[in-house]
Parts: sequence; C-alpha cells; structure tokens
Amino acid sequence: MTDIETMDREALAALQLLRFKRAVTTALKTPFYKKRLQGVGIRSAEDLKTLEDIRKIPYTTKEDLREAYPYGLLAVDKDDVVRMHASSGTTGTPTVIYQTQHDLDRWTDLTARSLVAAGCGRSDVFQNMMTYGLFTGGLGLHYGAEKLGMLVIPASSGNTKRQFQLMKDFGTTVVHATPSYMLHMYNRIEEMGYSLNDFKLKKALVGAEPHSEEIRQKIEKLYTIDVYNSYGLSEMNGPSVAFECTEKKGMHLWEDSYYLEIVDKHSLEPVPDGETGELVLSILIRTATPILRYRTRDLTSIIPGKCACGRTSRRINRIVGRTDDMLIINGVNVFPSQIEEIIMKMTEVGTNYRIIVKKEGVLDKLIVQTEVGPSIFSDDARDINALKNRIAENLRASITINPAIELHEPGMLPVQQGKAIRVVDERRKPV
Amino acid sequence: MKVKQISVFLENTTGRLAEVTKVLGTGNINLRAISIADTADFGILRLIVDTPAKTMKLLKEAGFTAKITEVIGVIVNDKPGGLMKVMDIFNAEGVNIEYLYSSLINEGGDAVVIFRVEDIDHGLKIVEQAGLKAISAF
Repeated sequence: MTDIETMDREALAALQLLRFKRAVTTALKTPFYKKRLQGVGIRSAEDLKTLEDIRKIPYTTKEDLREAYPYGLLAVDKDDVVRMHASSGTTGTPTVIYQTQHDLDRWTDLTARSLVAAGCGRSDVFQNMMTYGLFTGGLGLHYGAEKLGMLVIPASSGNTKRQFQLMKDFGTTVVHATPSYMLHMYNRIEEMGYSLNDFKLKKALVGAEPHSEEIRQKIEKLYTIDVYNSYGLSEMNGPSVAFECTEKKGMHLWEDSYYLEIVDKHSLEPVPDGETGELVLSILIRTATPILRYRTRDLTSIIPGKCACGRTSRRINRIVGRTDDMLIINGVNVFPSQIEEIIMKMTEVGTNYRIIVKKEGVLDKLIVQTEVGPSIFSDDARDINALKNRIAENLRASITINPAIELHEPGMLPVQQGKAIRVVDERRKPV
Repeated sequence: MKVKQISVFLENTTGRLAEVTKVLGTGNINLRAISIADTADFGILRLIVDTPAKTMKLLKEAGFTAKITEVIGVIVNDKPGGLMKVMDIFNAEGVNIEYLYSSLINEGGDAVVIFRVEDIDHGLKIVEQAGLKAISAF
C-alpha cells in the first residue's frame, strides 16, 4: 500500500485541488474545453479557488466526446501520443482517448495499486481473459500486473479450451474476466476434460459488466476462490478507476487520480453519501486527453465511512443501472440506436424491429427481430437466409457482437410507439 | 405454359398455417398443389390454386406476405419410372432444379409434378421439345 492511498482526507482534498487545477490548465489547451471553460468564465486554473468551484464547470457527455472526435480533446503534440483507445459511439462515431507515455505510466501505477488492493503479488500467475485491443479491458490491467511482477498470460477473451490449458500448464492463480465468462467457463470444465483440481486458481478479478453480490458469491463458491469487483470506463482510462480491496466491501475509487461526484440523475445536483445517483468523474492524471466532470451514466452510491483496510479513498457500491438505454451484452456496451442505425441503412429491411436480450445458459444472447415485407420476400429460402446473414454481418461489424436474426411477418412485431418498447431485456436478476 | 404459384412467408408460430387454410377455405379457393419448405425459423408455403389473383388478394387482405412466382407443371406418367423420365431430360440438358413437389391434379390418369427451375423459359422449352406436356392452368 502506497502512502498516497492512506493520506488523510484533508491532505487528499488539497492534492485533488492541486491536480484539478493542473487538469484545467491541460484542458484549456484543447479546442473543446477552451471554448467550454471560457464560456463559464474560466480562463485559467487560477479561476478555481476551492474544490467547490469545480461545480462551475459544465458536465461533459459522451456526445461531447463524439463531437470532439478525432482531435478536439487532444492537449498535447500528436508526436507525444503513444497509444489510443476507442470505444464505439452510439451513432457510429467512436470516442477516442489518447495517452502519452507519462499518462500510461500513471495508469499503470493505478492498476498495480488495484491489484495489490485485491491481494495480488509478484508470485501470482495472472491470466488476463479480457479482450486486448481498442477496448481497454485487456491492456488496462496488463501493464499494472507486469509492473507488480506477476507472470502475465495475455490470453485475451474466448477460446475456453485454451484458457483451461493455460490455467493448468502455467498454474494460473489470478484471472481477470467478466463474471458471466467465469460462470460460462465453470459449466465447461468437465466437458473439456478438466477438473477443478487441475487448477491453482485463487482469485478472479471481475468487471466490465454489472453483476450482483449473489453472482460474486456464486462464483466464489463454485471455484472456491475470492472474487473482487472492479470498475472502469475507457473515458477514464479503463479498468482500475475503482477496485475492491480484500475487505470486499465496495470498490475504492482512487480519489487522488479521479475527482468523484454523485449527482441526482434528474436535477444533476449532488446527492448525500449513501444515496444512489449518477457517477460523475474527472480524470486528474492524464495529459493527452483531459476530461472534466464526465457523466458516466452509471448509477451507484458512495459507501459512507472508513474501510478497515486503511485506504482513505472512498468506496462506491456496485453499479446498479444506467441512466440511458445502453445494454451491456457479455461485457460489450451496445446502444439500441447503433442497431437501429444499421437496420435503417439497409433499405431492403423493413423499418420495424425489436431487440431482445436474454440469457442462454450463463451468457447473454442478442436477438434482432425484423420484418419481411412483400418487397423483400423471395420464393427462394437462400435469398432470405442471405439477407439474414447480411443483417448479422453488418451488425457484427458495428457492435462487435454476433446477433441472432429473426425474420417475422409484417405485423407480427408489436407496433412501436417509443424507443424503449423496441428493447426487451429478458435477463432476469442474475441467479 | 407456365403456372402461377403463390409463395407465402410463414414464421414458425403455432396456428399460422391454419390461418392460411382458413383464408383459402372461406374464400372458396380450390387448392391444387401445396408444399412447405421450412428452415430453422421460417417457412415458405407454396400453393397452386384455381384462382391465383383472387387468392393473392385474400392473403394480402389477411396480412400475409405473399408473392406470385412461376413454375412448370409437367404431366408425368403415373407409373414407376415416370418421374425418372422427366429428370433424365432435365439432367441431359443441365437444367438446375431448385425444388419440385407433386400436385393433387390428375390429368386423365397421369400425375402433375410442379418444378421450379433456374431458367423457367428454358426449362419449359426442353419439356416441350422432349414431347412432354406442361399444364397451363387449372
């Protein structure tokens, strides 16, 4: 545990103000924030005297990030950027986050710190089952684990059989995966010729999708391991914005690196600790892409009181929902509008559609239902199947998930009045 | 002559086929041939009827997705080897058959088999050149 993790709240507040001011100086270097901050009379970091003054800064939204694509939020020379990550946007324009080497180093410090909080150390073998790529889940923890001296197996997601083989052959002690993948793997252990005795697993770090305390306990019981929750989003770097310590009583949100606010989802006014609201975050440690007061759309609450572990960064509860219609399908964020956009672009498909998300076993399944009107109906089943494949392929290219396509007769799908009705999330509260 | 066939898109829900037959029955449509091709989640119902235009109208009014397509109805000797003779001719000419089904029609003791081939005009020409007969309408 580093000193910064246990510093008293007063010192932490002073550090936050200092770092927030630095973040504002950085932000003023970007076209986007220059305009936005000057609009509310902030011309330099000196216009912020106290942490209270932060509330003068307007919220930043996902739409803002899209509008700033690709370079509107870049605060450094392009040559200083060493990495970018991107997340899919709701209307096809992605949002992009740049990192300098300095930024990556700070992020790595945080992920290493998070892994320590969850009880990991250099003798651990860490198998990272999150996707490596533009998505931050995989690379995010990778470098922190290396820094900590763990043996890192960059397995990435999928290929369950290979995951088992790696776990067995290299004595994996810690995995990083989505909770649904942990359950999925469990169901396949025997089928693939393995048994729990083949593994030396001690811990699972889970994230990327909301899950209940019951799910955590179920995974712990099934594997006889400890399971730790984590929270992150690419706009705030990625994994290890907040991480559970071994007390397992909520996720410490690293307040020396992020400024944390919870606001009422309607009034956008701060709510008292313990009350659920929308999580608003400012990143204090990034120089390439500053983001201030970002509305995460995630609903959570601050856990009042001190944690027995001694860390002074406050804890947030597990995410209980979203303020928008974003669906999280096997850990991947999908907006219904992305699906709608693809369907509307395909002139051969009718305009009425419905999105169904359900559980197939422990994994999520996305079903997109569309209608077959007289103009696209063919006597040849091959034509209809080709159309189905085309819809599936276009959707997969956009949302990275392979949906099942169901074609229906016109009028068989309910007539739509609002967007919400088009989405049916049949996933019950996890077992 | 080519025969008009009605193809109906059917999703796999209970009772949907019964609804089609109800439309036909109450509309006093005489069914001359019927077949259903089904895939995992939808089916294509194919019908030959005495009054295609009227049937189309009734089906559309009842909300079905239907289309008129053309097929060949070949009169086949209703004896062992009858169908083989037709197939041999198509085969020899390299005609690609997409599907076929039998009808309920009896033409003076002979059966009528419905063929859907890739090039319908070509298929019809071959049938006629071989001295076989194709029906036109019912």
